[in-house]
Amino acid sequence: MTRPISGNAFLEEVIADTPGGESLVTCLMCGTCGGSCPSGADMDHTPRNLFAMIHAGLRQEVLGSNAPWYCVACYYCMARCPKEIPITDLMYTLKRMAVREKLYDDRDAPDWSQSFIGFVETYGRSFEFGLATRYHLTHRPLKKVGVGPLALDMLSKERMSLRPDRIRGIDQLHAILDKARAQEVV
Amino acid sequence: MRYGYYPGCSLTHSAAPYDLSTRAVAAALGMQLEEVDDWNCCGATEYITLHQAAAYALIGRNLALAGQDGQSELVAPCSACYLNLRKVDHNMALHPRLAQRTNEALAAGGLHYEPGSLHIRHLLDVIVDDVPEADIASRVTHPLHGLRVAPYYGCLIVRPKLNGGRQDPEFPTHMDHLLAGLGADVIDYPLKTHCCGGHMTQISADTAYELIHRLLKSAQDHDADVIVAACPMCQLNLDAYQSQVNRHFRTDFHLPVLYFTQLMGLAFGMRPAALGLGREIVTAAPALAKIGAVPEGIPDPEAAAPRRKRAETGLPMPRRRGES
Repeated sequence: MTRPISGNAFLEEVIADTPGGESLVTCLMCGTCGGSCPSGADMDHTPRNLFAMIHAGLRQEVLGSNAPWYCVACYYCMARCPKEIPITDLMYTLKRMAVREKLYDDRDAPDWSQSFIGFVETYGRSFEFGLATRYHLTHRPLKKVGVGPLALDMLSKERMSLRPDRIRGIDQLHAILDKARAQEVV
Repeated sequence: MRYGYYPGCSLTHSAAPYDLSTRAVAAALGMQLEEVDDWNCCGATEYITLHQAAAYALIGRNLALAGQDGQSELVAPCSACYLNLRKVDHNMALHPRLAQRTNEALAAGGLHYEPGSLHIRHLLDVIVDDVPEADIASRVTHPLHGLRVAPYYGCLIVRPKLNGGRQDPEFPTHMDHLLAGLGADVIDYPLKTHCCGGHMTQISADTAYELIHRLLKSAQDHDADVIVAACPMCQLNLDAYQSQVNRHFRTDFHLPVLYFTQLMGLAFGMRPAALGLGREIVTAAPALAKIGAVPEGIPDPEAAAPRRKRAETGLPMPRRRGES
């Protein structure tokens, strides 16, 4: 899509970091996204609202919003959007920007993602037992009374392993990820 | 027919029954599944939350490896893996700069992926589209007569519309037809493509429990014996977190959640244990007893917890099917 540059630095940054993000400027503010969202009730701003705020250049308020962190990535909004805006992908972009600028309002979700990818980067595969212990024991453990019995159930049904699986090509994977991470810095 | 097979991390452990039953059913249908050599995690929803270029490269490595194996068709039984693999291919084809950067990263590991060179599909779509209905029907030796099933597609098989929108993004029916072909009594499950909460069980449990509760309640309201899943995340959330949901909402759901491949295997007359049955957290034994399949080592279904009795003093309510 060709379009004039908006002069809104925040909007341009969001668009540049989202494949297909240019269509954000075509948002009709119809609200179909928020009305379709299964976790919309938990969000401080609906997606439509967030997009209006992006257009208004409200960087701090948008990146501090809890909305992207409540996105369950079900793609209902995206399937229904009359302008085919990649709303779920925009939510991921807002999360990445919020993490870079440390503007998220609750550590749990970014920490969960970080714990998850830490194991992926170490072994090449996810590691549920490691995640359960590393994350849940350090994040509101007293509220996680159900996690212990659940883990035991999963272990007894042979649906969880105490040891991680490793890929052979871990060095190759590291070389690829290092190169990609270097691209992100530029 | 020959397919590259990307099991994904879930199928190696938490969804091992899905892997077992997929391989068993594929073999019976003459599908040749060849596991992608040394595949890595797709990053789920977590990698892209923190790093975009690295998430594309992580997924790109799998695509490049599948291509190196000489595959043109790549099958993923996990809906989240399917979406990630498919989306990276789709976006690389659509955005040349993204493709170029992803390939620059892959080149650091001596790999390359040509967007569009793989046809990436979900297992359900492959079975429905590639295997003639008559072939499946001819394998059915133990029809699932009398078993009321709720076909649960979840989100990512039908949304976003990366597969050209062949299936309705909100009300698909291909799994319904497949299960009906096995002889099951398929309920018209209104929430079939609603979200299970995904990773919210880990970071905002109340949000997830609300969504899981809706799905369970709707299935129970339709008198389902079993919910049928096509995604490890959906299965895990509805099965393993069912007791937490019961505690949270003071409900008493005992709804087993099985994979569609497990039901196919049962209808084909395979041994329940060979399909990973008995490894669900909410026992499927009472439901399976209806079709005469009792997994080995599972307590007698009669001994399983009965539905909670209604208070004698309560208002008169319509009786549930099978209740005297």
